[in-house]
Amino acid sequence: MTAGIDLGQPQVQAIRSDEDVVRVRQLVRTAAVAAKLSLVDQTKVVTAASELARNTLVYGGGGSVEVATVDNGLRRGVRIVFADSGPGIADLELAFTDGYTTGSGLGLGLSGARRLVDEFAIDTGADRGTRVTVVKWAR
Amino acid sequence: MALNAEESGRFAAVLTDGAEKVTQRWTEAVAGSLRGRLSQAELRRQIEELHRALLTVGEQGPLDLDAEHAAELRAVLGELSRDRARQGFSATETAISVFALKDVLLEVLEARGGEGTLRDYVAFSGLIDQMGLFTFESYVRTRESLIADQAEQLLELSTPVVKLWEGVVAVPLVGTLDSARAQVVMERLLQTLVDTSSPYAIIDITGVPAVDTQVAQHILKTVVAARLMGADCIISGIRPQIAQTIVALGIEFGDIATKASLADALRHVLRLTGVETARRPRRES
Repeated sequence: MTAGIDLGQPQVQAIRSDEDVVRVRQLVRTAAVAAKLSLVDQTKVVTAASELARNTLVYGGGGSVEVATVDNGLRRGVRIVFADSGPGIADLELAFTDGYTTGSGLGLGLSGARRLVDEFAIDTGADRGTRVTVVKWAR
Repeated sequence: MALNAEESGRFAAVLTDGAEKVTQRWTEAVAGSLRGRLSQAELRRQIEELHRALLTVGEQGPLDLDAEHAAELRAVLGELSRDRARQGFSATETAISVFALKDVLLEVLEARGGEGTLRDYVAFSGLIDQMGLFTFESYVRTRESLIADQAEQLLELSTPVVKLWEGVVAVPLVGTLDSARAQVVMERLLQTLVDTSSPYAIIDITGVPAVDTQVAQHILKTVVAARLMGADCIISGIRPQIAQTIVALGIEFGDIATKASLADALRHVLRLTGVETARRPRRES
């Protein structure tokens, strides 16, 4: 993953309730504005963060998020890392299928979030929870 | 920390001897920290009430905030913190009303001198700390209930259903659409549809900053519910960035009519109902 170098200290936010999902959105929006993302890209990355934060809360049983503004020498961007110590995702391919959900949602959150960002990495396992890293670069 | 009978007796004695002076000094100490934001007379009344409540407990048994006979003292402390919380004083400014008694006690005890002054002071301090913590807790409880009330009021405020035209109602959504609000919106909309017997409803999402799958799901459910009641729903206020996000997410609105602006949605409905919207030629006057 070409994460680039961090600009400033990453912001950390715990995800324990629905209100925290709102806080994550605000945090990501502030970072996206600071990285000079266009309005469309801001909306996309905020929406992706909203989906992933809710997944962390609902399926991961809560966790934390780390938001950083990054620079790869050419462009600035926002990197967001979601981490939980939940049960992990058993079948990744199935989880990324549009419309598949083990909960009561639309089943588009995880796959939709991957389409909304530029870089998407997932590390999951029953013993180590789930860790999702996404990056959105300014154009 | 409860005082034993002997300590309680001495505590009561300190408070009764020169009761006038004690309340006077106590009031002064508190007034200094509140910087004149509470009238002297009001503060004096509160302090005297506290003083009286403390003495009453002392008369009836050992001074212990948790004891049954201390119910009145707890009530007085609770009322004091509630008043302070509602008047917008900080937690420190509230707790100081109780803690200021320590300074007064130290003064009085020093003036008296004698054996065991320090021991008494430490014991009295323990009781006052307990009272202070109790005040603090009541203060926090009051503030929490204030916040809960406000959240509820906000929920009520932010979900109006307005009648746009004969047979057309609209819900302008502003802010975050979580499950609680989605529920309120749906209830209000369905009730208004019945009350006004409107066949059309417009859900305007211009004020919703981000439409994720949860928001979309809530909107879809509301539309389906309205359809079951025989009303047609139009979603308006889809801005370019929202449209692109919805496409990327893969959300499908199916055969639900969507429009970029509320004006477009209203024009669409009026056309469906056969109302002519022609621009009238400007009349020369």
